[in-house]
Amino acid sequence: MKLTATISRRSFLVTSAMAGGGLAIGLRFPATGTVQASDAIPEVGVWVLIHPDDTVVVRIARSEMGQGTLTGLAQLVAEELECDWSKVTTEFPTPGQSARRGQPWGSFGTFGSYGIRQSHEYVRKGGAVARTLLLQAAAEQWGVAAAECTAANSIITHSGSNRTLSFGSVAEAASKLTAPEDVVLKDPADWKVIGQPLLRLDTRDKVLGKQVYGADIQLPGMLNAAVKACPVFGGKLISFDASQISGLSAVRKVLTVGDNAVAVVADTWWQAKTALDKLDIQWDEGPNAQVSSASIAAMLAEGLTADDSFVANSNGDAAASIAKAAKKIEATYSYPFQNHATMEPMNATVQYTTESCVAWVPTQDGEAAFNEVVKVTGLAPEQCEVHKLILGGGFGRRTGYQDDFLKQAVQIAMQVPGTPVKMLWSREEDMTQGRYHPIMQCKLTGALNDLGELDGLQMRLSGQSILAGARPDLLARFGGNDPVVFQGLVTEGDALLGYSIPNILVDHAVRNPHVPPGFWRGVNINQNAIFMECFMDELAEAAGKDPYEFRRGLMQKHPRHLAVLEAVAERISWSEPPPEGVFRGMAQVMAYASYVAAACEISVQDGNKVKIHRIVAATDCSYAVNPAQIRRQVSGSFVYGLSALFMQQCTVKDGRIEQKNFDTYPSMRIAQMPEVETIIIEGGGDTWGGVGEPTIGVAAPAVLNAIFQATGKRFRSVPLKEHGLQLI
Amino acid sequence: MISLNINGAAHEVDVDPVTPLLWVIREQLGLTGTKYGCGVAQCGACTVHLDGMAIRSCVFPVSGAAGKKITTIEGLANGDQLHKVQQAWIDHDVPQCGYCQTGMIMAAVALLEEKPAPTDADIDASMTNICRCGTFVEVRKAIHAAAKA
Repeated sequence: MKLTATISRRSFLVTSAMAGGGLAIGLRFPATGTVQASDAIPEVGVWVLIHPDDTVVVRIARSEMGQGTLTGLAQLVAEELECDWSKVTTEFPTPGQSARRGQPWGSFGTFGSYGIRQSHEYVRKGGAVARTLLLQAAAEQWGVAAAECTAANSIITHSGSNRTLSFGSVAEAASKLTAPEDVVLKDPADWKVIGQPLLRLDTRDKVLGKQVYGADIQLPGMLNAAVKACPVFGGKLISFDASQISGLSAVRKVLTVGDNAVAVVADTWWQAKTALDKLDIQWDEGPNAQVSSASIAAMLAEGLTADDSFVANSNGDAAASIAKAAKKIEATYSYPFQNHATMEPMNATVQYTTESCVAWVPTQDGEAAFNEVVKVTGLAPEQCEVHKLILGGGFGRRTGYQDDFLKQAVQIAMQVPGTPVKMLWSREEDMTQGRYHPIMQCKLTGALNDLGELDGLQMRLSGQSILAGARPDLLARFGGNDPVVFQGLVTEGDALLGYSIPNILVDHAVRNPHVPPGFWRGVNINQNAIFMECFMDELAEAAGKDPYEFRRGLMQKHPRHLAVLEAVAERISWSEPPPEGVFRGMAQVMAYASYVAAACEISVQDGNKVKIHRIVAATDCSYAVNPAQIRRQVSGSFVYGLSALFMQQCTVKDGRIEQKNFDTYPSMRIAQMPEVETIIIEGGGDTWGGVGEPTIGVAAPAVLNAIFQATGKRFRSVPLKEHGLQLI
Repeated sequence: MISLNINGAAHEVDVDPVTPLLWVIREQLGLTGTKYGCGVAQCGACTVHLDGMAIRSCVFPVSGAAGKKITTIEGLANGDQLHKVQQAWIDHDVPQCGYCQTGMIMAAVALLEEKPAPTDADIDASMTNICRCGTFVEVRKAIHAAAKA
């Protein structure tokens, strides 16, 4: 990320006019990557700025939270631009600029593994437009036809005369030309930058300690806020006695935030946090204070056999198939609430006046953040701005729910007008005020025929709808049905079931506890892949068949699902027995338009200590923009997915989350990290697949299936620590 | 007033002596490369060196650091000359989100000072920092590379 202390004249004028102190904000805020290139730097098309020294600034609309999309998107632009990669830097345009210019950079939303797969075409076109403009500017300077000119490595060459011009020398002229309506993109066979395992562009500052995350922002005159919301979701604030702490020297304000939270504003965050901890707060916890994990489990269990359900996949007559089955197999699985636990807790910094509001937000959705600032302040969009920051982890937590942490930060800043306030959640607040992985139970019933083939399958999901909590507007549009629940279990869309089952019924009884759900990296494939892929192994076992061969029999009409499964089977030598004491498992799923599979080798010591020796993971994401970053996303997915499998759940007592920090909500350490061999398959086609999330889905079921082979026990609920198992 | 020696520079800070060193480093001294992750010595994002030893500064009272040599991530490089661990981190493209990585690097530097050629078991025993992105494969490679540098 290019670090520049300058801001564009355009955005500076807007900011300073509305904030009065805009100059201070812009100039005292270096090193975040959110400030804008100067207007003096020519903008060639909307995606590219080119300095006179040939430095290229590629605009990145999506958020960077570690997944590497910033580098991949820059590669896509650079490929068509034909620039020197060593001269590429990046910047985030702001949501305010986007709104004022008619959203020239498309969506800022960074979720659903969208970063590259949903923007590859228009960002490549952005690079091609810029190249076309540069060629035209050079041609006009030479008085030749643009068709006689070519670009490579930031140099334009006229073929007839061998004259050359650098991008930087014609950028100013190119910036004044009219962009072509349409451009032709390169054939993938001609790609030189796309497909290369290039190093990330955002590493250096991260290893120097210079990367400024939201939690690190320092502004002149800034105060710090710690906040505490009612620990019972849905509860309200009754009262607090500010005089308990208002005498403390550093405490500036003790504030009510919305109807359910209290904030202390102090000179430093540590002072604010320690003062808040001393404050007695009376809450109206409401009826949710009666809710426990047991009562939620009972609520979901009722849904497993209830009459009300939404059907997502129905073919043949599953009930009849089961009624006449040669062998009927039943199992009930469950998946808990889990917290995202980003390393950087939720935070936002806001400066509000009656005429303006500027917010610095680590957000996966810049536009949602911008809209929230506008909504909460009641100001006009022209009076608001949001600066996005590189995120210290996102995993879905910082997606569309700006209405909690950002809303609080704005509500606090509005009570301290003119003064920038940084609001940071403590880890405890972050753990107990999450947007949790939805809780779900699943009852599966399978019917095998005389040949041991799967003839029928009923799959009843009972549990939480994320849309009900996060996007009730969408849920209403779908008539109360949440299609996201069925990821990986359906026959249309970008997360298709990879099995042909003659008689199938997949449905969902919506059961929404009061704990707010959220999109948690991988989202619903995490539990759906456990349910389906572990039950596949159960069915294979009942049929007396090898789990791989059993799957293959159902996958012949799903060649891309099958190809990734075959790839991992071959790499792990599935057809040969594993070493003595070592056991294997496998799983496959499709999600986010990518096909993924995993196979693993484990051993179990003393009946409960699980050692994962080896994981082989295959991903067919259609096109691999940066294979090195794909490998990192895949191996990281096992850290996220296996931490969830072995260690993590959020339990509910008296209506509140019990786990408050990493001591009770652990995460995998390096000693537990297995080797991960990644196979990348480029299946091509018109649809590009995502990478950040799909592999999470196969991590847990592959290991669970191996654990069964090792122990003979089926563990049908997560986390495994509740069954006495530990990862070593 | 408490006297602190951070990255070779002397500072006087006027804070409650029980304030965790982390917050003095971040808030009084403005060195934000040292991160807050948990506040209970679980995650290691706040790792700094005290007389060469890696400590978790989020639970270490600032008074205990008085008169000792404190090194933060900002003090690792020698001008433009990066520490070999930082260079290995760049060469192996280790960070993803990067938030935990300064603490991870400080832990790795301390490990290599104690054990210049650590085994995988040494790495397992001493590198207990949490990384939610899951950079462990690259962390291990970079430590071995730095050991050979």
